[in-house]
Amino acid sequence: MSTLFTDARLIDPVSGEERRGDLRIEDGRITAPGPAAQVVECGGKCLAPGLVDWGVKVGEPGERHKESFRSAGQAAARGGVTTMVCRPDTQPPIDSPEILAQARSHAEEAPVRVHHMAALTKARSGGEMTEIGFLLDAGALAFTDGVRVVRDARILSRCLTYARSLGALVVAHPQEPSLTAGTCVTSGKFATLRGLSGVSPMAERMGLERDLALVEMTGVRYHADQITCAAGLPALRAAKAAGLDVTAGTSIHHLTLNALDVADYRTFFKLTPPLRDEDDRLAAIEAVADGTIDVIASFHTPQDEESKRLPFEAAAPGAVGLETLLPAAMRLYHGGHLSLPQIWRAMSTNPAQRLGLEGGTLEEGAPADLVLFDPDAPFVLDRWTLASKAKNTPFDGARMEGRVLGTWVGGRRVFGE
Amino acid sequence: MFRQPHLLGIEPLHPLEITEILDLADTYAESARAGERPHRPLQGLTQVNMFFENSTRTQASFEIAGKRLGADVMSMAMQTSSVKKGETLIDTAMTLNAMRPDLLVVRHPQSGAVDLLAQKVDCAVLNAGDGRHEHPTQALLDALTIRREKGRLHRLTIAICGDIAHSRVARSNLILLGKMENRVRLVGPPTLMPAGVADLGVEVTDDMEEGLRDADVVMMLRLQRERMDGAFIPSEREYYHRFGLDAAKLTHAKPDAIVMHPGPMNRGVEIDGTLADDINRSVIQEQVEMGVAVRMAAMELLARNRAG
Repeated sequence: MSTLFTDARLIDPVSGEERRGDLRIEDGRITAPGPAAQVVECGGKCLAPGLVDWGVKVGEPGERHKESFRSAGQAAARGGVTTMVCRPDTQPPIDSPEILAQARSHAEEAPVRVHHMAALTKARSGGEMTEIGFLLDAGALAFTDGVRVVRDARILSRCLTYARSLGALVVAHPQEPSLTAGTCVTSGKFATLRGLSGVSPMAERMGLERDLALVEMTGVRYHADQITCAAGLPALRAAKAAGLDVTAGTSIHHLTLNALDVADYRTFFKLTPPLRDEDDRLAAIEAVADGTIDVIASFHTPQDEESKRLPFEAAAPGAVGLETLLPAAMRLYHGGHLSLPQIWRAMSTNPAQRLGLEGGTLEEGAPADLVLFDPDAPFVLDRWTLASKAKNTPFDGARMEGRVLGTWVGGRRVFGE
Repeated sequence: MFRQPHLLGIEPLHPLEITEILDLADTYAESARAGERPHRPLQGLTQVNMFFENSTRTQASFEIAGKRLGADVMSMAMQTSSVKKGETLIDTAMTLNAMRPDLLVVRHPQSGAVDLLAQKVDCAVLNAGDGRHEHPTQALLDALTIRREKGRLHRLTIAICGDIAHSRVARSNLILLGKMENRVRLVGPPTLMPAGVADLGVEVTDDMEEGLRDADVVMMLRLQRERMDGAFIPSEREYYHRFGLDAAKLTHAKPDAIVMHPGPMNRGVEIDGTLADDINRSVIQEQVEMGVAVRMAAMELLARNRAG
């Protein structure tokens, strides 16, 4: 089966260029242009590699009422996400090959590609390391305790040393946990007026600097999950300049929202780490533009209504994002901050490369994981229309621009007519 | 002028609304002193006090205020009720709402909890203190006390001293006093000073002498030991030495400066016991008296708005 996409605005993040033209796929892969059995007339709309969303929380095992692989996969398809890389912070956590195998079997219900990270320490408790070797064999792409920080530097250094020997990628949440404990917003004037306990952005710098020292010591492959403020950027730049095998990500919410959006205790804006000041938001965008931050992801975190309908301090953190990742990123494009190829490098090419996955490119031979979208189509988001079981999006009622028209995974259309 | 559906904080109030509450409260204070019984504007209305956090004086003050105005008052100690059985705040609110109270007075240990509750009920809600956020009737009673003592509520220098970080009283007061165009100084150790507070249009210092200089009003705050989750000060005796108010430190303020405290006091920690009892300087008892008057005024105005 072959398909020809005609008259598309092709977004090629690898070359960094856009061009008007055709793209042909056959048997699940991109091929040289030529005639095809089926034609998709793109009418000048954008065609780009499908998004690779690194850090998705699905409620399986344990919290299927919040999100199943099926519902998350549908949300992904509607959002142009062709690969979900899932977090191990489930109940129980994915910390053994058996639990990983179980999760992988359930993941087949999703219409998009699903990969898993495994826990770095057993029960994500920061004590003993997991069976990193077995878990790699069972298909784990990376190792992380999610937003839990391994407090003990000696234990972490052993985990990193062991992971290094297997070439495993470790993903950490760089925050100083003794400073973040009990806080729910970024410290400052707004936190003070609302009477909420805040944490200084310096906690992120401290966490990152500790981790980078251990990376230098052990030589492990390291990825910081979310860099959200200016304070940590110099250390990150220095580590990259020194040649350490380090990459960093950030969340789309931290690039498009700031601390003031919490307004009158809106719990859908309660995130981990908390939303930052506007200066930090702009610094993070700048860092994506210059390549210091490599990856933008949604950190899709489904929460049911009950866990959000609480006083702010008691409410659960996190936001869903699979379906809104692309339209939210269009704010950065329309705002003149990032070009489409830059955005696609951070949301497709870089995460794929870092995780050793195919995709993230329009080159011949690459998998036909594609998203067709209109970057200018306006709409007002209604959270009840989302495919996720959980509806906790901070963009409810927001004016958005950028609609996904079609999504293809391995050449098979999973969204759109 | 007073158009608010609820009294959730000082922040949403217009200065004229503040003045209207204070004016009405003043008449209630005067009639109470004259031994007159007020007319009963809340007759037939039901006032429910929901305190999710221990309180003696505030709860008693709201209860007396409601009863003086003729309301049927019920106080619920929420710590020993359905909350213990796992009911959420919103469910508690919905249940209570179905019983159709007219006024709901709520205290809660979490910031923003009273705002959340107010979104879910049909009656007027009064915030009696939420976490570290606001305690509007305390700021109003402080304002009324200052106005009666100083003859005005503008262009005064007011020093708010002590544990600012954990204090909702400080937040409501600095917002109110700022709205009424006073000069506000916050004095305390930097560990008890919340981040970004200097951006709120106040002066900040950790030196009592500098902070009290030429102040018209010295407002002491209670050291909130129960809200502290770590070491903020080395010891109470060092705190008292550096930040406790005594006659010697008070000499830096204006000769006619008044001393206030929202209570309950830690004598010998933030304030000298003798000074607190000095009827020439301390207005602490008057603050308690004005508390009833201000709460009467606030509840009457809210009830009027509800009646349309």
